[in-house]
Amino acid sequence: MYDAMMAETINITGYGGDHIEAYLARPLGPGPFGGVVVIHHMPGYDEETKEITRKFAVHGYAAICPNLYTREAPGASPDDAAAAARALGGVPDEQLVGDVLGAVTFLRAQPNSNGKAGTIGYCSGGRQSFLAACSLPLDAAVDCYGAFIVGVPPEGMPLKVGPIVDLAKDLSCPLLGLFGADDRHPSPDEVAELEKALAAAGKVFEFHSYEGAGHAFFAVNRPAYRPEAAKDGWQKIWDFYGRYLAS
Amino acid sequence: MCTYLTEKVEVDGSGKGASGWFALSEATVYFDHPQHAAAEHTLNIDFRNPGQGPSARVAVELTAESARALAAAIEATLASAPPGLA
Repeated sequence: MYDAMMAETINITGYGGDHIEAYLARPLGPGPFGGVVVIHHMPGYDEETKEITRKFAVHGYAAICPNLYTREAPGASPDDAAAAARALGGVPDEQLVGDVLGAVTFLRAQPNSNGKAGTIGYCSGGRQSFLAACSLPLDAAVDCYGAFIVGVPPEGMPLKVGPIVDLAKDLSCPLLGLFGADDRHPSPDEVAELEKALAAAGKVFEFHSYEGAGHAFFAVNRPAYRPEAAKDGWQKIWDFYGRYLAS
Repeated sequence: MCTYLTEKVEVDGSGKGASGWFALSEATVYFDHPQHAAAEHTLNIDFRNPGQGPSARVAVELTAESARALAAAIEATLASAPPGLA
C-alpha cells in the first residue's frame, strides 16, 4: 500500500479574512480522503499537537492544525504564544469558529478530498471542537475532555469562555466524547449533563469515560498521560472517523 | 484538569529572557498545566512586556509547595529589609 505523506506549514484564510498559520499533514495517494481539523490545546500549537496532526495523515486523513494564536504572537515559540494569548483572555469563540471554517474550507477544496471534514480538539480545544460542530456544517466531531461546555467558569476568570451546552440542539454531526473519570473540568456530572442535552436534542453521539484517567490523558509528554486510556481512545477515534469521515 | 485560573498584575522591574535583559510591565500568575515541569499542575508565572512582543517573557513553573515557599521567602525578605528601603 502506498503510504507516503507530507507535512508542512502553510497559510490559510481564517476569521475576518486574516491569514493564519496552519500545519498541514496529508497522505500523498490519490484518495479520496476525509479531512480533520485538529484544534490544539491551550498550551498552544506545539510539537506534540503537530505529531497528532501527522498521525491522522498516517491513518489516511488530510489533517490541518490552525495556529489559533497566530494573531497574538506571529512567529513566536508556542509557549510564548500561549502565554500571550492567555494574558489577553484566550481565543474568542467567534474567532475560533471563523478559523475552523477557514481550515474546513481549505480541506474540502483539495482535489483528493472526499468532501467530508471533521474536528478534534483537546482540553480547551475539546470545547472548541463542540462549538465548531454546533456552528458549522461538519461530518464528525471529537471532544477530548473539553471543559466549560457545561458549567460556569470560576468567578473572576479572565478567559472568554462560557457554557455552550445550549448549542447542543445545533450540533451538525455525530459527536464522539472522550473523558477521564478523574477529571474535574469537565467533571463526570458535567459530562452527564452534556450527554443529557444531546439525548434530549436527538443527536447522534457516543461518550466514553476512562477510570484511572484524568484530564489530558492523551498527552504523551505530560505526567497526565494514561497509555491504556489513550490507546483505547485512539481506537475509538479511528472507528468513529472510519464510519463518518472516511467513506 | 485545566484550571484556566489566571491573575494578572502590573509589575515594575526587569527580567532576563532569551535575548537578554528587558523592562517588565506585567506578570500573569496561574495554576495550570506546565509546559516543561514534570508535574500535572504547577504555579506558573510569566513576567512579560507585551510591548516588546510575545518573546519578551521570563517564565517559571513551580510545584505548589515550592511556590508557597517562594512567596514566603519574598515576604520574609521584604519584611527584613532596612526600614524605608522596601
